[in-house]
Amino acid sequence: MTVSASPRPAASGGDAARLPGAWPSAVRLGLLRGGLEIRSFFRQRESVVFTFALPVILLALFGEIFHGTVGHTGVQFRQYFAAGIIASGIMSTSFVNLGIGVTVDRDDGTLLRLYGTPAPAAAYFIGKAISALVVSLAEVIILLILGATLLGLHLPTAPGHWVTFAWVFLLGVSTCALLGVAISSLARTQRSASAVVTLPYLVLSFISGVYFVFSSLPAGLQHIAALFPLKWMCQGLRSVFLPGSFAYTEAGHSWQLDRIALVLAAWLAASLLLCVRTFRWQRRA
Amino acid sequence: MTPSRDTAVTVRGLRKTYSGRAAVDHLDLDIYRGEVYALLGPNGAGKTTTVEILEGHRHRDGGTVDVLGEDPGRRPRGWRARIGIVLQSQADGGGELTVREILGHFARYYPQARDPDEVIETVGLTEQARTRLRQLSGGQRRRVDVALGILGRPELLFLDEPTTGFDPAARRAFWELITRLAGAGTTIVLTTHYLEEAEALADRVGVLARGRLVASGTPAEIGGRNTAEATVSWLDGPRARSVRTDTPTRLVAELAARHDGEIPGLTVTRPSLEDTYLALIGAPENGGPR
Repeated sequence: MTVSASPRPAASGGDAARLPGAWPSAVRLGLLRGGLEIRSFFRQRESVVFTFALPVILLALFGEIFHGTVGHTGVQFRQYFAAGIIASGIMSTSFVNLGIGVTVDRDDGTLLRLYGTPAPAAAYFIGKAISALVVSLAEVIILLILGATLLGLHLPTAPGHWVTFAWVFLLGVSTCALLGVAISSLARTQRSASAVVTLPYLVLSFISGVYFVFSSLPAGLQHIAALFPLKWMCQGLRSVFLPGSFAYTEAGHSWQLDRIALVLAAWLAASLLLCVRTFRWQRRA
Repeated sequence: MTPSRDTAVTVRGLRKTYSGRAAVDHLDLDIYRGEVYALLGPNGAGKTTTVEILEGHRHRDGGTVDVLGEDPGRRPRGWRARIGIVLQSQADGGGELTVREILGHFARYYPQARDPDEVIETVGLTEQARTRLRQLSGGQRRRVDVALGILGRPELLFLDEPTTGFDPAARRAFWELITRLAGAGTTIVLTTHYLEEAEALADRVGVLARGRLVASGTPAEIGGRNTAEATVSWLDGPRARSVRTDTPTRLVAELAARHDGEIPGLTVTRPSLEDTYLALIGAPENGGPR
């Protein structure tokens, strides 16, 4: 029961220059926070189970229910939906998990506790981003294995397809994660967070080609969906998992990979700005 | 108004209003380096608002504030490393992490953190070091808050109602901890509803009412306690007598002259801190500072 050493002698300023080299970088602290977030996530067993179970069950149900092919393309419905469910699974592990997670952090004092420490704000966001990436990656791996073994999803062999997969995944996760952080500022308490987050998630899933073949949706809904990232994530993943000949049936008669990259990058920049402008450390009074 | 000693906190004319109602109303306050200062006051008097402004957690509407040579509204990183904060509302976050994990992690934030295991021992959680936070009792979680507050070796420690929900033994252990921290030179700003806590810990107390400091001084002297009328009581045969007087010494001398030896049942009392406090917070608004 000892209290070690007296406090440091008073210094005139409060600036970081006072202790050169003594500060750990935001990136390093962010990595540490990421590890902590991931550990916390995987210790909440029920949350882990349900996060991963939803898209898995959807994947299994769609595989059971739909047996036909999309038009005369020879592409089976369940292959088509597998791509969409993977995209929507990514949105769930990034947008939904962070939208609720950040609200919880704000509500239970985690954010305020951090705010009072010398840790830079960036460390918090980097930690959240890392945990979203890791959890999303775990989800995608599970879905790919199940899709390939149960639903006849063709895993591509050409490296180009995996490059496409990688950038769609990274842009998709980062954009959705930032949007999750942004939307968390709308929820007043953690009780309302899941309602706030579920609405855009479900609506976008319905109109973006997750549960329905996108080109069969009414044109008006297609135009609305095209304003949001999920439609482009689905399209990007279809380009990875469906045969090249299928591209002709897409809205633009091609995979539009350049446009996918452009729209997702624009959303990434916009959501970053939105996050910075709307982020709150404290609950709304 | 120039402080005669080195101050850790200097507040002049601090104002904060919530939807037109003044929570803090032209508050002046000086807290010296190395002292334990207790802010007392009823709910809604502005204690927490004041402390949150000093911590950099809340913006002020007016006045000047200096905390360790810095405006807390700017809260630069180096300044944040020099203060420790225990908020009034207990943080429930990080429930899946163990005590050791969360302290080990937060220690990385500070340039000269204390040894986490040592801090865990200091707050009496060594047996719970490997327990997840959500499995701790309320009092134990509060001790985690305190542990995180002192982890960075702060020069100035804010404690907002730190012992709410503590059992008497835990409160006593906490008092010992604060006494040791103060002995090591840490400046401590404490808000509390427990007057005995203020009396046991504080070098000086300030009483807030309606957003103003209505009195400030040592617990023994505040509100003129030491010079207030004393009550002298004794037994006059079978009858209990009680007299309020400005000159208790003279009365006791007279009584001593009338009695042979001991005066039966003699007590001399001055107003308790609680009496003084209740009188102060009930005092009219122009009771004036100090």
